[in-house]
Parts: sequence; C-alpha cells; structure tokens
Amino acid sequence: MDKAPISRGFRSRRQDQTPKNRLPPGQYVTTDFPVLSAGPTPHTKLENWTLALELGGSTFGKWNWAEFEALPQTTFKTDIHCVTKWSKLGTTWQGVTFDDLLKAVGLADPPALYIMAHCDGGYTTNIPVADLVGGQAMIATRYEGLPIPPAHGGPARLLVPHLYFWKSAKWVRSLRFMEKDRPGFWESLGYHIYGDPWKEQRYDGD
Amino acid sequence: MTAIETPTVPVRRLEWQLAEVREIMIETSRVKSLLLHVTSWLGHLPGQHVDIRLTAEDGYQAQRSYSISSPPEDQLLTLTVEHVDNGEVSPYLVRDLRAGDQFELRGPIGGYFVWTAAMGGPLCLIAGGSGIAPLMAMLRHRDRRNGRALAALLYSSRSVEEVIYREELEAMAGRDPNLRVVKTLTRKQPEGWMGKRGRIDKALLAETCFPPEQNPKIFVCGPTPFVEDISRFLVELGHEPLTVKTERFGPSGG
Repeated sequence: MDKAPISRGFRSRRQDQTPKNRLPPGQYVTTDFPVLSAGPTPHTKLENWTLALELGGSTFGKWNWAEFEALPQTTFKTDIHCVTKWSKLGTTWQGVTFDDLLKAVGLADPPALYIMAHCDGGYTTNIPVADLVGGQAMIATRYEGLPIPPAHGGPARLLVPHLYFWKSAKWVRSLRFMEKDRPGFWESLGYHIYGDPWKEQRYDGD
Repeated sequence: MTAIETPTVPVRRLEWQLAEVREIMIETSRVKSLLLHVTSWLGHLPGQHVDIRLTAEDGYQAQRSYSISSPPEDQLLTLTVEHVDNGEVSPYLVRDLRAGDQFELRGPIGGYFVWTAAMGGPLCLIAGGSGIAPLMAMLRHRDRRNGRALAALLYSSRSVEEVIYREELEAMAGRDPNLRVVKTLTRKQPEGWMGKRGRIDKALLAETCFPPEQNPKIFVCGPTPFVEDISRFLVELGHEPLTVKTERFGPSGG
C-alpha cells in the first residue's frame, strides 16, 4: 500500500517504556504467557521421555530424562517473540544447549546444515544449524526456575529465541539432521521458512 | 511421533490491502461484527484469520489477528471482534470504528484450522465465548451447501446475553435436521432456559460430539483454559489427537 489510512481516534495505549531495540516491528509487549498450539496438549510422562539426535534414519545420540538432566545446564535470559504479535521480555529458561548436545556425542561439528525438530503431537519445524550453534539455542526443561508446564511445551521444548517462537517447538523429542532445508508444520501452511522477527518474516514471501 | 500431514500451499506474498467498513453489526454488548469490503480479496477458507494494522495520527501502528466469521461465499469479509478490557486495538474496533472507515488488512492466514464442505463430516464444533467466530465461518459455509454433512455445535457462554449469533444459529438449526446446536450457559440462566447449564464436561462432550468410531472432524476454539480442558477430555474419550484441531486465545488478545 502506498499510504496507510489514518484511524482517527486510535492511539497507542502502551504504558511501558520498552526500548525500541527490544521490540521487533509489529509486536507488542505482554506480561502474560499466551498458549498457541494446533491440537491437544500432549502429556508425556518423564519415564517415557527421550530425546534423540538422528541422521539419515539412524540415531546417533539418545538420552532418557535422567541422562538428559545430567548434561551441562545453561540458563538463558531472553526476550521471546510470537508471530501472533506478542513479545515477552526477560524470560528465563534453563536447559542443555545445542552445542553441549553435540559435545555429548563427541561431535566437533554438526553433521548437516539443517534440522527438522519432531515433537509429540506430530508437530515439526525446520531450522538452519547455523541458528542453533554458538550458544544460540537450547533444549529447555525449566521456565522461571520451574519445570515447563505441558501447555507451554513441557517436559522439554526447543528454545531458539532469535526466531519467531513457533520455531521453539514444544514437546520436542528428536532433532533430525538434513542436508537440505524442508518446511515443517507451520512452514507448510503459509508461514515463513526462516522466521526472523526483526525482518518481520511472518508469512511466506515476507 | 508421526508427523502431521500438511497440504501444499502456493507461495505468494500476503500484501497489505485496504479494507473499508461497510456495516457494523452489534452482536452483544461487548462484541461487534465488522463487514468489510477488501479490494482484490482472493478468497479464504472457513477457519482462517487475517492480520489487521491500524495507524494512529502520530504514525504509531499496531497489528492484531482476527478470525474471519463470514463464509467464502459472501461478498463482504466479516470479522467478529470482542472488546478486551485494557486492550489497545479491540476497544477502538468495537467502540470507535464507523461505517466508511478504512484500515489495512492482510490474509488469509492459517491453513490447518480449516474445514470445507469437501472435507465431509461428521463435523463437531466446540466454542467458548467469542471462539465461535471461526466456527461460524464453517457453519455458514456448510449452510450455503446442499447435501450437508452431519454437524454438531457445542457452544458455551457465560449468559444468554453473551451468546453471539443467537438468532442466526437458531434459524440455521431450525431448517437443517443434520445440524444440532447445543448451548450451555455457565454463570446465569434465564427463567425457562431449555439449554444446558454449567461448564462443558466429559459427559456433555460424549453426548454431543460424535463418537471416535465415526471419525468426526473436531474443531475447538476459545480461551486457553477452555481449549486445554476440552481437548484433554476429547482425547480421554478416545478421539485421536490429530483429529482435534484447536485455536486458543490468551488473555492478551487485545
């Protein structure tokens, strides 16, 4: 559109003094934590939970809950940005970084350029490995010091806070490495293949 | 952990378009439907939503998502908006917007929470409050068709005054033996209320929703705790999780 029409009488009701560099375009700050999922929330018991790293159909790393909890723990304090426009500032997450997962299986370098995260409930999402390494991402098991509630992705969710939050897949169970990028669940349904909130990559073609 | 099958959606950039308000319908004291003319609208599927963007006189902009409540068959695009206390966008849309006003809109968005007549039935729709909006697009779409699939709507509201589309739903069910509309009121019921009382529980779901053997297409929309409860009950009743499609709205819908 050339020029946006002015909505007379509409004005900002923003109370907060959020610095501009904290809020991507088109987002607003919320203090609560909305839930968005395509289906029922899975309730996976810890004794049935495992996390796997896979490549070409075979598993090269797998942890049960106790083994996973024994891996080095890292805390992220970070802002999160949902494609449905809300952002939540200064959230605290604890878990195991992607780097530490690779280290745990003795890999100095990731075995492929992309991953597809597979989750309980059938959800998938694709992410370039370059966006996971270097302390950018973790498998989170705690939110604000407590176990992540199922509705928010517990027992474990991916956390890639510099991308829109749908990439931080809930209920993650395996990371499948792949040579070529392929769209996951929302990415097949009109959402952006990469999802950078600062470039407002919400939908296909943005 | 089988992956959900997704249809292929053609790639095209969703451009911002001009929407003009043609008519505003008062649904309840807190809810209005905005009937919009959108230049070069390419159509939508029942259940999809749009993003809207408002621009203030000082250049400030705000975006929000709203479900489409009109069927693809209608000329005008209808958004049904509930006033959210302390919200930024919805109070403007519900209280200030007038016929003839314009704002920006892009869409349609979302290809999962979608039902078309071609997908067949039985169709089971479960709504809490203004969560009825995208389900109404499905019911209106179904109503325009011949050979209608079996359908049931289970709709929970706080009071009879807060039931959205009340007369239209009654008329729809009245002319259609294949549609069952069950309303429940959670806070207060008028004298002589013939519908259900209280929150939707497992027993009411079992009674209203088609059994798993009939493989119903199930859509649940409402506030987050409502959808969490209902979808858990449905799974406990034996419905395959992948047949239960949900849309939740949080307290910050604003």
